[in-house]
Amino acid sequence: MKRRFLCAAVSVVVLLLASNLYAEPKEYRVGAFFSVTGKFASLLGEPERNSVKMIEQQINDAGGINGHKLVLFVEDTQGDNTRAVNAVKKLVKKNKVCAIVGPSRSGSSMAALKEAQKAEIPMISCAASEKIVMPAAERKWIFKTPQKDSDAVRRIYDHMTKNGIKDIGIISGTTGFGNAGRNQLKLIAGEYGIKIVADETYGPSDTDMTAQLVKIRNAGAKAVVNWSIVPAQSIVPKNMRQLKMTIQLYQSHGFGNVKYAKAAGVAAEGIIFPAGRLLAVNTLSDDNPQKALLLDYKTKYEAKYNETASTFGGHAYDAIWLVINALKEVGDDPAKIRDHIEKARFVGTGGIFQFSAEDHNGLDKTAFEMITVKNGEFVVLED
Amino acid sequence: MDSGGGFTDLLQFIFMGLQRGSIYALVAMGFNIIYNATGIINFAQGEFVVLGGLMMVTLTMGFTFSIPFAFLITVLFVMAVGILMERFTINPVKNPTVLRLIIITIAVSIILEGSAMILWGKESHYMRHFSSDETFEILGATILPQTLWIIGILILIVIGFMLFFNFTMTGKCMRACAINRDAARLMGINDRKMVMLSFALSAGIGAVAGIIITPIIQMDFGRGTMLAIKGFGTAVVGGLGNSLGGLVAGILLGVIEALGAGYISSHYMDAIALLILLIVLFIRPSGIFGSSEASKLKEF
Repeated sequence: MKRRFLCAAVSVVVLLLASNLYAEPKEYRVGAFFSVTGKFASLLGEPERNSVKMIEQQINDAGGINGHKLVLFVEDTQGDNTRAVNAVKKLVKKNKVCAIVGPSRSGSSMAALKEAQKAEIPMISCAASEKIVMPAAERKWIFKTPQKDSDAVRRIYDHMTKNGIKDIGIISGTTGFGNAGRNQLKLIAGEYGIKIVADETYGPSDTDMTAQLVKIRNAGAKAVVNWSIVPAQSIVPKNMRQLKMTIQLYQSHGFGNVKYAKAAGVAAEGIIFPAGRLLAVNTLSDDNPQKALLLDYKTKYEAKYNETASTFGGHAYDAIWLVINALKEVGDDPAKIRDHIEKARFVGTGGIFQFSAEDHNGLDKTAFEMITVKNGEFVVLED
Repeated sequence: MDSGGGFTDLLQFIFMGLQRGSIYALVAMGFNIIYNATGIINFAQGEFVVLGGLMMVTLTMGFTFSIPFAFLITVLFVMAVGILMERFTINPVKNPTVLRLIIITIAVSIILEGSAMILWGKESHYMRHFSSDETFEILGATILPQTLWIIGILILIVIGFMLFFNFTMTGKCMRACAINRDAARLMGINDRKMVMLSFALSAGIGAVAGIIITPIIQMDFGRGTMLAIKGFGTAVVGGLGNSLGGLVAGILLGVIEALGAGYISSHYMDAIALLILLIVLFIRPSGIFGSSEASKLKEF
């Protein structure tokens, strides 16, 4: 009796050991943290979360990465910096991830990147601010996928220069996005010989910007740049129409939501703004290297989630693919993943990335396309 | 385009101020009604505005109801929410201290905000204007028809409430409760019912505010807090509980903000509003129209 028990016990142990030996290759653990809920940035975080989830499923349905299952751990920052820091700690210590994608907001990224640096885990932010990856020497483990604000400004100023516009008025929302854009607009204006004759702001809950626009008009501006990400930005074109102002209105890439254009109605017609190509993919020429990928992402996303694909989701798509590509090549060693991303060349939704030791964003101003509103739709501006 | 000249600009700024101010005034009136009946600040007031706006969007853009019909349904819906809030969260409290009730209203505001997020989603919703969105000119300054709707509806509501509080029995009962609840109860007024009614009314006003501004500002689930802060500031400046004060303070704040944005700088627009709030609190803590004797009798 005793012997039989011993035999059974031994065989169980042996089986366990054997099953361990012959278990599937170990899974690749990747962390993601976005502002999925929360007042200010859930519009960014939700499509980002959806996009990475979609790709996780896609990869695992196709047999994983070199046979390794991809396991994604998603945390919700609610747009809150403290939660973002805690999320990184949890992903690193508890979930033992080899790379992290996110977060959605610039502020959260700045707070969280210290943790990622300390843990020596690569973090690929989906937020706009350039400070996240600058200077690259001090941001060894940090990358980001969205295009740079300064490049959006440069595209707008290029267009102005070509059309002989020198005196401009700027109006921006008093949020982080608006402030960052306002600073860049002022910083780069000199480079182009552009003079900012009026500089105005508005709050996210303001209902009317006619006073600001009257000031811009009286200052003799030949064009207006409206830099904001909140819905209130669609009041600006309406107010301009109300005041019968006929000067050209430029918007930032924060206008890249067709609902904002719809909300402004006829007043939105003819607005020019720089944005990632996803917004106007149908009007891109067929030889554009990004077109096939953009269409693929857009159709899959829209079929799965029944909502319009946004550039924000695209940033997360680019970030997770950077990690997956690295995992394919070098496995799940964080340091090797970092080194791989730093050399990566990659066609994504945001543009054609070329990372380097000096540039942890990998995009230049060609990542933006100038887009205009025509019959309530976004189309590529022909010039 | 020629710059319209000094007077036209001034008029333009005043139009903008009237529009902003009307919204502040409506939200402040909502605060005041509940404050009068219960002595508390209802922090879910901003959510009533949001619910009104979002419901109106669904009814007019989704179900394509006519605007007057949708208006009515929306107001009744939000009033029902206000009544439910009072019945389930305020009324059952055994020992209703002011602080306890205020904390409850904060909780309700979080619940309403979350529900609005789940029901209507996170994006902002837009709605067509009541009438055309073509502007017309008054002495060179332009104005949107919707702004006239806002100002007109505000005036109607103020008149309606003045008639209600001064000439109907129910209105007089509510005022009696506001002045002295114990005495009112001794006179046979059902004070609990008056509290419920006050929630219904202030929810109704919130809904109206939401309905009339949504065509201009669009609406999303997170708007309530900002609206409530401005409206609360207005109510304090005007004297808490004083409806006329709220109205005047709202218009005043709106116009001063607009003039500040037009003549000084839009960067300081919110700062100007807060500065006025501080000055009023320093000089007349009971508000421009509030009576300092009456406010001494209140707990809060």
